[in-house]
Amino acid sequence: MIAQLAASSRPAEIVGHGSLRGVGRPIADDLTITTASLRGVTLYQPTELVMSARSGTPLAEIEAELASQGQMLAFEPMDLGPASGGPAGAQTIGGVFASNMPGPRRISAGGARDHLLGASAVNGRAELFKSGGRVMKNVTGYDVARGLTGSWGTLAVLSEVTFKVVPMPEATLTLAYAGLPDDLAVEAMTAAMGTPYDISSAAHLPKGSAARLSDQKLAALGTSLTLIRLETFASFIAGRSGKLKEALKVYGGPLQLGAEQSQSVWSDIRRLNVMPFSPDTSLWRISTTPTKAPEIVAAISRFMTTHAVYDWSGGLIWLEVPAAADAGSADVRRAVAVRGGHATLIRAAPQVRHTVEVFEPMKPEVERLTRGLKAAFDPGHMLNPGRMYAGL
Amino acid sequence: MSFVSLLEPDAGVVARRALIVEGLSKIIGPEALVIDEDGRRAFETDALTAYRRVPLVVVLPRTTEEVSRVLRYCHDNGLKVVPRGAGTSLCGGALPGEDTVVVCVSKMNRVLELDYVNRTARVEAGITNLAISGKVAAQNFFYAPDPSSQLACTLAGNLAMNSGGAHCLKYGVTTNNVLGLKMVLIDGTVVEFGGTHLEPAGYDFLSLVIGSEGQFGIVTEATVRILKKAEGARPMMVGFSSPEAAGQCVAGIIGAGIIPVAIEYMDKPAIQVCEAYAHAGYPLDAEALLIIEVEGSPSEIEMLLARITEIAAKFEPKSIEVSSDEDQSAKIWAGRKAAFGAIGRIADYYCMDGTIPLGQLPMVLGRISEICTGYGLKVANIFHAGDGNLHPLILYNANDPDEASKAESAGADILKLCVEAGGCLTGEHGVGIEKRDLMTVQFSPTDLAVQMRIKTVFDPDWLLNPGKVFPLEVSAAARQAA
Repeated sequence: MIAQLAASSRPAEIVGHGSLRGVGRPIADDLTITTASLRGVTLYQPTELVMSARSGTPLAEIEAELASQGQMLAFEPMDLGPASGGPAGAQTIGGVFASNMPGPRRISAGGARDHLLGASAVNGRAELFKSGGRVMKNVTGYDVARGLTGSWGTLAVLSEVTFKVVPMPEATLTLAYAGLPDDLAVEAMTAAMGTPYDISSAAHLPKGSAARLSDQKLAALGTSLTLIRLETFASFIAGRSGKLKEALKVYGGPLQLGAEQSQSVWSDIRRLNVMPFSPDTSLWRISTTPTKAPEIVAAISRFMTTHAVYDWSGGLIWLEVPAAADAGSADVRRAVAVRGGHATLIRAAPQVRHTVEVFEPMKPEVERLTRGLKAAFDPGHMLNPGRMYAGL
Repeated sequence: MSFVSLLEPDAGVVARRALIVEGLSKIIGPEALVIDEDGRRAFETDALTAYRRVPLVVVLPRTTEEVSRVLRYCHDNGLKVVPRGAGTSLCGGALPGEDTVVVCVSKMNRVLELDYVNRTARVEAGITNLAISGKVAAQNFFYAPDPSSQLACTLAGNLAMNSGGAHCLKYGVTTNNVLGLKMVLIDGTVVEFGGTHLEPAGYDFLSLVIGSEGQFGIVTEATVRILKKAEGARPMMVGFSSPEAAGQCVAGIIGAGIIPVAIEYMDKPAIQVCEAYAHAGYPLDAEALLIIEVEGSPSEIEMLLARITEIAAKFEPKSIEVSSDEDQSAKIWAGRKAAFGAIGRIADYYCMDGTIPLGQLPMVLGRISEICTGYGLKVANIFHAGDGNLHPLILYNANDPDEASKAESAGADILKLCVEAGGCLTGEHGVGIEKRDLMTVQFSPTDLAVQMRIKTVFDPDWLLNPGKVFPLEVSAAARQAA
């Protein structure tokens, strides 16, 4: 199909189930290639912690199959369905790797990129190629498969992916510290990550975001909540949570959320239920150094009303801002540029995404390599033209 | 051994040597150059010692700015460049040519910034792997990837090869532990990828650069993740009467939801040699030995080892022994980590580095034994069982050219077998020149063309680390177009 496109010089938008279509710059072309019919798990060896699937396989199907063997994807991919005004659980496994947006467990387990072992893909020259394989350790040739993660279908269309899976933890417990201001919350979270107790994730919901939790009791507290999750063997939980509470005692006594409540709050973060879709707001995703995060949010909040979620102990900020003509772009970019990191406009009206930079603007030397890479894979600009950067 | 053909040196460049030395001396100072033949001879090979070429000149820059000036000079004068760290590559990754400028970053070994709160360290790339952990040890932090050569090897080399180690089952390999890089391109441009945040912006250049075997640029600085050490760790040893039983035991442990920090496998010849060397108490009657290490608090360790013991008991082990104290733990690991050295005491060896799916282990070990017997050679096998990385050590006499050539042939047959079994040519050592000509076994011409185009984006003239990774006939067109 891409060969036909290449022959006719007809560019196309590349989608799985289209759950991430609202992210990135809008694509003018009316032609869409979907991987939705490339479906099915092609290899699953639970004792080797490896699975392969065709790229259009729904994530929900993959997670169900893994769960049947007591396993899961360690990186807990974000589900932007609800925040984009669509249903939850709609994305494909190809989209998961093409977008590389891992969820809360990223901080301990690595991202989508860290779990990809191999891929087959078709580039803009209509060449089917493979990279990597099905084994955990592989340095044979350049790491092209991993290099395709986060490229949003602009370099190649993934046809099959092979990835590492992990056992589900036996038990989960979340410590929730109420009422911490953002800077103290980040201090507490980084302190937790600096203990040897294998914290699986650490997130902070300021008051406004905490009020939107699905768990009514927690939402009704009317305070910020700083959440620290332990996932391990059942017999380890009591000992570890005790030591952790001792290490963090200056931040007060936490609430203990058991398995069900814990599942509910982390699912709210993973699905961004605390940042529901609204035409009146836009959504940014900011990746930074944890201790810089409160300053970034404070700097932006001087100019506009915001709601924030701090994940990855502060290293990832989801920031809801009013739906202005530039989605607050100038202020967001300035606040991030001064403190390090990068920002992506995740949700805004198409005309906004058309006029402002959606992905972090590049330095000239990186832009030169980016253009070179695009030309190497897709010289005719067939695949998702302009999705990440204008003219690319 | 001299199977692999090397690029012919450019006679014109060799003839201009004096002029080139003078040019480099002007831009970086004579004290940063190694010019005399004895000095240069120290850089003629790496840990794949069968191949040796004395380089044109060696440069030892101290700053990114100096690397930039040197590379710009080489670029402008069409000179080939071989980047080098400590020269511990097992695949000829740092092998120079008579017409190449070696740029060795070992003088750039400072720690620039330690941030325990955000758990990152910014270091110069010439620092040794173990020195990073050493600098943060007082705070009980460490840098996770632990290749066996960690005392000597540089982070620069680890980045080039995407090095692993015995403990990567839990902590990942180099690419999973690096957040940012500063790299000098061949035209002298300094470029930065990533930073101190967890996910890079734009295309994932970190993934492409790490493991590119020094062919994209010279990395001068890196920001790596440092992690808090576990409260404690303890290994246990389980001896089995067959490789099948040991393989099934590994599958049983992982199937039960336990991911130890390390699961190391040794076959009988490896057990015998290592025990004679280290007196670690390895079971000499076993056909296969697993060393399994877990981490946690004392009570957690006890619980995990008890569970593993229960699982291992199902596979009729010949012996099960849990390390009783720190001293015994150190001995158990000393034996394993010294395996290559111990085997080197009884014979020369040729170390392979394929990876295979765990389920194929008994088949692959059986075939390896057949292959080596077919060439009249002995073999010992060390295996990172948790991640499938297999190190067969083919024993031979390096002074016997016929035996050396047989060892290289047996090695090639073994790597082909690994690919056939669903694995790959190299799990952590890299391709270099050693496995270069086998790349077509694993990759189609299109797969290789896709990789070579990326090389051309970074290094349009193909000057960096030439003649490695791609078979010469496969890269000929791309090199000539350069």
